[in-house]
Formats: sequence, C-alpha cells, structure tokens
Amino acid sequence: MNALLPLRGLLVKEVLQIFRDPSALLIAFLLPVILLFVDGFGISLDAKRMPLAVLIEAPAADTRDIVQALANSPYLEVVRIASTTEGAALITKGEARGMLVLREDFATRLRTQSRWPARAQLLVNATDPNTAGILEGYVQGALATWAAGQAREAVRSGGGIGVDARFWFNPALRSADFIVPGVIAFVMSMTGTLLTALIVAREWERGTMESMLASPAGMGELILAKLGSYFVLGLLAMLGAVAIAILIFGVPFRGSFGALLAASSLFLIFSLALGLLISTLARNQFVAAQLAFLLTMMPAMMLSGMIFDIASMPGWLQTVTYGVPARYLVDILQCLFLAGTVWPLILPNLAGLAVAATAAVVATLAVTRRRLD
Amino acid sequence: MIPLAEIRGLRHAFSGHVALDDVALTIAPGIITGIVGPDAAGKTTLLRLLAGLLRPTAGEVMVLGHDMARDAAAAHRDIGYMPQRFGLYEDLTVAENLSLFADLHRMPADLRRERIARLLRFTTLAPVTGRLAGQLSGGMKQKLGHACALLARPRLLLLDEPSVGVDPASRRELWAIVSDMLAEGREEGMGVVWATAYLDEAERCGSVLLLHEGRVLASGPPADFLAPLEGRVWRLAVPAAERRRIARAIAPLEGMVDVAIQGDTLRLVRAAGAPPPDAAALGGSSVIATAPRFEDGFVDRLADGAPIQPAAIPPVRPPADGPAIEVRDLVRRFGAFTAVDRVSFSVARGEIFGLLGPNGAGKSTTFRMLCGLLAPSAGTAHVAGQDMLRASADARARIGYMAQRFSLYGELSVRENLMFFARVYGLGLRARRAAVMDALTRFDLETVADSVAGQLPLGVKQRLALAAALLHGPEILFLDEPTSGVDPLTRRAFWSRIGALADAGVTILVTSHFMDEAEYCDRLAIVNAGRLIVTGTPAELRARVRTAAQPDPTLEDAFIALVAPPAGAQAA
Repeated sequence: MNALLPLRGLLVKEVLQIFRDPSALLIAFLLPVILLFVDGFGISLDAKRMPLAVLIEAPAADTRDIVQALANSPYLEVVRIASTTEGAALITKGEARGMLVLREDFATRLRTQSRWPARAQLLVNATDPNTAGILEGYVQGALATWAAGQAREAVRSGGGIGVDARFWFNPALRSADFIVPGVIAFVMSMTGTLLTALIVAREWERGTMESMLASPAGMGELILAKLGSYFVLGLLAMLGAVAIAILIFGVPFRGSFGALLAASSLFLIFSLALGLLISTLARNQFVAAQLAFLLTMMPAMMLSGMIFDIASMPGWLQTVTYGVPARYLVDILQCLFLAGTVWPLILPNLAGLAVAATAAVVATLAVTRRRLD
Repeated sequence: MIPLAEIRGLRHAFSGHVALDDVALTIAPGIITGIVGPDAAGKTTLLRLLAGLLRPTAGEVMVLGHDMARDAAAAHRDIGYMPQRFGLYEDLTVAENLSLFADLHRMPADLRRERIARLLRFTTLAPVTGRLAGQLSGGMKQKLGHACALLARPRLLLLDEPSVGVDPASRRELWAIVSDMLAEGREEGMGVVWATAYLDEAERCGSVLLLHEGRVLASGPPADFLAPLEGRVWRLAVPAAERRRIARAIAPLEGMVDVAIQGDTLRLVRAAGAPPPDAAALGGSSVIATAPRFEDGFVDRLADGAPIQPAAIPPVRPPADGPAIEVRDLVRRFGAFTAVDRVSFSVARGEIFGLLGPNGAGKSTTFRMLCGLLAPSAGTAHVAGQDMLRASADARARIGYMAQRFSLYGELSVRENLMFFARVYGLGLRARRAAVMDALTRFDLETVADSVAGQLPLGVKQRLALAAALLHGPEILFLDEPTSGVDPLTRRAFWSRIGALADAGVTILVTSHFMDEAEYCDRLAIVNAGRLIVTGTPAELRARVRTAAQPDPTLEDAFIALVAPPAGAQAA
C-alpha cells in the first residue's frame, strides 16, 4: 500500500487540477465539438443543387425529356436561358456552375441514323476542378440515365444491357459518412497531444516540475499519473465525439465497440505520450502548443487519408503516410463506421498504432530524465 | 560529526557560461548554512546541484552519502527542497498541497495527520487549509512552501531564497519557523541550507558560504568573517541635508574602504591599520565606533583596497518651481479589489522619495499611474506640473524610467542600445551622438561600448539602464527596485550617482521592498495593502518606534512596528 502512495497522490492532484482549471476540460470537450461541427458540416464533398444553365435552341419532345431528367436530379437545378451570352454571363457572375447547350439539330440527329451522333455541349466553371468534375459527372449521368431508358424502350424485345449500380458501404453516397470518422481521428490526435503538451509545460513554467523532480516520486510514477488521468479524459472525449457522429451527423456505426475502444486507447497513448515528449523538450506553453499543432494537425489533415485518398498519392508520399499514426486510426474508424469489424483490415492498423504508442512512450521515458539540464 | 553534504572541486558550466567554479563546501548538521551572494552569483545552481537536479561539469557533490551525479534518487527521500517559486500547485488548496507531499513521501496516515497538524499550527496556516494556494499572500505561500518541504522531516532542507519579496515581518517569522524546526530535528541530525541575497540574514547563519560571480569569496562562521573588521567600523554623525555631499567628498580619501548612508549618520569602514576617523576634519559632528556587519565584510573583501571613484552624472536641466510630484487621493480599483486606496503625497524638486512596502502593497500600481501608463479610478496625479490624466505624453517626455528588470535589448550592443533610446526620446542626430558619447564616458561604459548588452555583468547592465533613462535629461527619474539583488559595491556606486543627480535638482521616486535602499531616501512613504500608512524622513520613522527596549531601531524594525495591526487583532 505504502509503495503506491506517491502514485495515488499524483493521480489525486491531476484529477483535482483537471476540475479546477477549465482549460483541460475545454481542450478535451469543447475543442472536439467545435472541430467536429466545423469540419463535419464544412467539408462536404457532395455538391447539391448546383445551378446549371440550359439552352435549347430547338425544343422537341426529346429535349423536353432531357431537361426533365436533369431537373429530376437532386444535384442539379436547371435554369433555362435564351442565348449562350446569357449563359456565359450567369457563369461569370457565379449564378450558374455550368451551361448545357443543345443545338438546333440535336433532336433531329438523335432520331436519324447517321455517322454523327447527337452532340450536346457542356461548359463548366472549372475554377474548382473538384466541383467541376462532379458537375460533369452528374450531367453525364443524367444524360446516360435518360439514354438508357430510351435504349431499353427501343430494344425491349431483345433484352439489351442494363447496368445496375450498387454503392457499397455508403449507399447514399453521403460524404459525411466518409468524412466524420476521419475528423474524429483528426480531433483526437490534436486534443490528445495538446492536453499533455500544455499541462506539463505549465508545470515547468510554474516551477512545480522542479519540486516534483526533487521529491521521492519516481519518473515512472510521474509519467504514469499524467498519462493515466489524461487517458481517461481523452477516452471520454473520444466517446463524446463518436456519440456526436452517430446522433447528430447520422453516421452509421457497423463495427464493434471493443475494436473501437482498442484502437482509441492505443492512439490516445500515442498522442498523450507525444504531448509529454513535446512539453519536456519545450518547457514552455507557447512553444509546446506550436509544436503540438505542427506535429499533429498538419499530418493528420494531409496524410491520414481523412480527406485525401492515400492510394492516389505519389508512391514516396504513400510511404511517408505510414509514419503518421493518424492514418491507422482513420482506416480503422472508417472501417468500423461504414463496413463493420473487418479484422483483416483492422488488425494490421492496430499493429501500426501499437508500434506508434510504444515508440512514443519509450521516447518520452528516454528524454524525461530527472534533471533540469 | 559526519557532514550532511560535501562538495569538492565543483564546477558547473552550461552553454559556455561558467555558473560555478572551484567551489568547496561542507554542510554540517544542526545549523543553518547560508549560501549568500548577489543575484547571478550561482546560488540557485548550487542548490540544484545539491538537490541532484543538475549534473556537475566537474567535481563531486555528496549528499547523505550518495553521489548526486549518479544516485540522486536515493537521497531524495531525505531531502526537502523548496525552489524559488515555492513549487506549490496554485490550483490546489493548502490541505491538498500538503497531502500531495505526504503521499510523495509515503507517509502513513497517523504520522501524516500528526505532522500536518503540527506544521499548520507552526505556520499559522490552520485557518486557511481550504484556500487555494494561488490565493494566498506572498508570505503565506512561503510558509506553505516551507511546510511542504518540512513535512517528511528531511535530514537536509534546501531553501532557495525563501525570503525574497516578502515583507519584513513575514521574513522574521519564516526565520523563526525554520530555527524552531531545526531545534526539533537537531537530534536526528537535521541541517538547513538557506540561500539569500540579504546580507543581514547571513549574520544569523551558523556557517556562511559567500558567493560572488560563481566563485567562493569566503566560507566559515560569520564571526570569523567579521573578526578582521573589529575596530574598523565607525558611525559619523552629519547634518541630514549634507549627508550625501559629505559622503561623496570623503569616499575617495586615503584609508576609507566604504562610506554608506545609514539614517542621519555615515557608516565608515576604514582600511586595516588606518587611524580612526576625525569627525571635524570629515565635516561631521561626532564619531563613534560600531559593531561590524556582514555587509561591511563583503565590501571590504570586494573592494580590495581600490578607492571608490566619485560618480559622474550627465548635465541636468535647472529645476522649475513647485512640487515635482503631487498626488491627491489617488485610487485604483481592479474589479472589486482596491489596489491603491486614497493615497496622497507630495515630492519636492531635487528630493529622493521612496515608496516602501512588501510585494502586492500597491507600489507598482501607484508607479504606473504616475508614469501615465494606467488611469486612476479616482483622485489626481500631477507630475512636473502636468496632470497625468490629460497631458501624459508631454509629461512623459520629462520623466525617465528605469524598470526593475533589465529592460534594454539584450541582443544589441551597449552603444546601439543608447542610440536607440536617444532616438526614441526624439533627440536630433547631433544631440544624439553627443548624448551617447557623454553617457559612455560618464557611466564608465567605454570599454564595453561594443559588447552585447545581454551578456554584461549585472552591475554594468544597471549602469547602462540608468544611462539610457537619463539620455533625454529628465526632470524626474522613476526607479523600480533599482538595486535589489546586486552586490553592495554596485549598490553604493549606483546610489552615489543618484545622490549626485538629486543634488543637481533631479527629483527621484523609488519603489522598494528592500530596507537598505530606503536608507538612501530623503523621505519615505510606507505603503501596505494599498494604503499609505505614514510618511517621513528615515530618522523620523525610526524615532516613532524608539522605545526603552529598542533604543536604536532599524528601518526594518520601524516598518514592522508601523505596519503591524494593533496587538490582538492578528489573533483572528
């Protein structure tokens, strides 16, 4: 019992400090909520109701059907125009994302056998290539759907080809379902590191670290008390973030909570230990905060696969992402939320997290000596 | 008797700077060992080495039989260490802080109850156990720091400047607490190391290590230290108005080691073998022999026979008429807290006026209002005839300000710093060059003109700061604790310059919690908890508390008696 007294004293101290000083609670609970809402609602990869200017030079039954098909798409909003100049003006003012032009001969060519197919012209504002690509896809899709319907009618007797597309894991194609699990990983990598980085740097600034180092408490006890108390706090923050994802963003959760707990725990150990490491090296709250942002936020945002698909990165950069532990968590979370507990996918990622956590703890122990020099 | 700690051939250097060199020290049980020296002497480094927090560059630190370079953890059970900022958790209560330290030292429940109760009684902290440490006064924090360090009955108690910034009454109380705990722990072989910049505390230690710029100047019992000064220290009674002039005139005389202003007398230290001073020849009325103090010995050792040079000051504008500073019913509130409460005083031209009080008494707040940096909540402040509320920019051009901390640019050279400040004060190119040249000569900075300011010794930095504050020929000079923590020779030289400035007509306003600085003032105002308690000359203040039991009270005695609430009120 006596041997555990120092650890007990340190744990009690940490818990009291967490409740006395609002900054730890703010970092643990308010920061994730803000980040989740900003990123969850803000970063939306699907564009809805994009205004599309449509010019039909010679209206006919087919062109009316095509406009109807475009208007039926939830992603497009059709604006009828009388001339290409009007359409260009709308695009310039930003009131239309693009313009679809069906020439005079469109309907006639559609119905006549000819070497030349019926041509439609699509003009897209490509300032944002991503949105431009999406718009093009939707217009093409709407036209293809209409054409397929026509073809089915024409070749009804012979059967023909019909493509039945199914979108797995995210059938509604909601990008929130894909983004929010990634944001959770991003949020946890920031808060976890920031929590310990700031709190330990403050102990250095206030001189309390000096009196702890000169006390009979062991280095292991000092680190264990910090990691332990902030681990619980970080885990609660993690559960809060998952609850927000499920209840507010309506993201489905298809995996097991056990796997979620295992992944979160390993990742938290990594980020908390990284925070300890940073504050031991910086010993100053300002520098510690800067380092924490630089070392967690940037890689988690860019290289974790949270927003940018790792598979489409250049090879060397893909290799670099293996050094960003957030990527393992992003993979696991996306899998648990959207697909379920797919062990062959989760296990290697868990192993990656375990390696990262061990490395961070070992590095912290190596750097934090009982010395001021 | 086995020593508690032994240091041999110690040297500590970091990033090229040698903090300690060639230090040897033996810490005996049963006494308070004083580590004494001005700021930057290496006191804190030495204590950290004793606590095993630093690894020596060379030499050996043995504490309680353990080599602290390799085996510090083994000694930590028996060491109580209080760092300079007490090492308390400010967001924990008094009781929670004590309980944390009890846990760290693995104290069983019954022992901890008994020890905590006893220490709370001792430190009179019992009524405030539920209060957060951050909300305690400076003196109470200090006591709590002591209680935490003493909790586990350490065999070696290390206290790093425990008394700095605390009011004199708390300082005495602290000393009493440590002496009592030492008496109690003497059988167990307890010993105390007390680092301090206050030389008067050194006299009360059982043994003293005097450090200066990282080297040992002397070590041993204070009596050994004072013995060579026996019969060489005198007090010369002089007319109060003449004391600064006489002090300046006689300092360079043959056989004079030190001349210091002490109330309405001058304290003289004569060179060994020099004849007793002749009162009439020196311009005084009488001279009596007096017991040497630790500071006399320090000056004697530092001065090393070189006579004190007369201080040179830059040219000064002739003073205008009327009081230099006129403060009436000045109030400053921060929320519900009243930092300055209806303070009134007036300072004449050419007077050295001191605001004396402990940390948190409201000195700095008053100061900031006088400099036009902070608006008063009520009342008026006129400086150089200007209302600081309205014409502060104009008035500010007529004042010079020297902050407590070195507030020049550490990366610039001495010359660049002076040029920069001359430019800030709006001096034209020719005037600027002349003023900087003049400052370099008069403040004895020519040899270091192109050195980087941040790496100069404390005393030189201070000369530079004063030179910078005087570049634009101000009528009024504000000094914020100008000589706390500097060695006595530097302090002498500084005040000699200030005295010459005052005699030339510059008005000086000083804040300090340092009694030695107060002695140099013409008049003093004692402030405590935002209120101005009394104003008067140092002699008048001493006279107010003179009793049969205390025929020759010091300013510190006067301070304690005047600030203390009437007997009985404190018991609550």
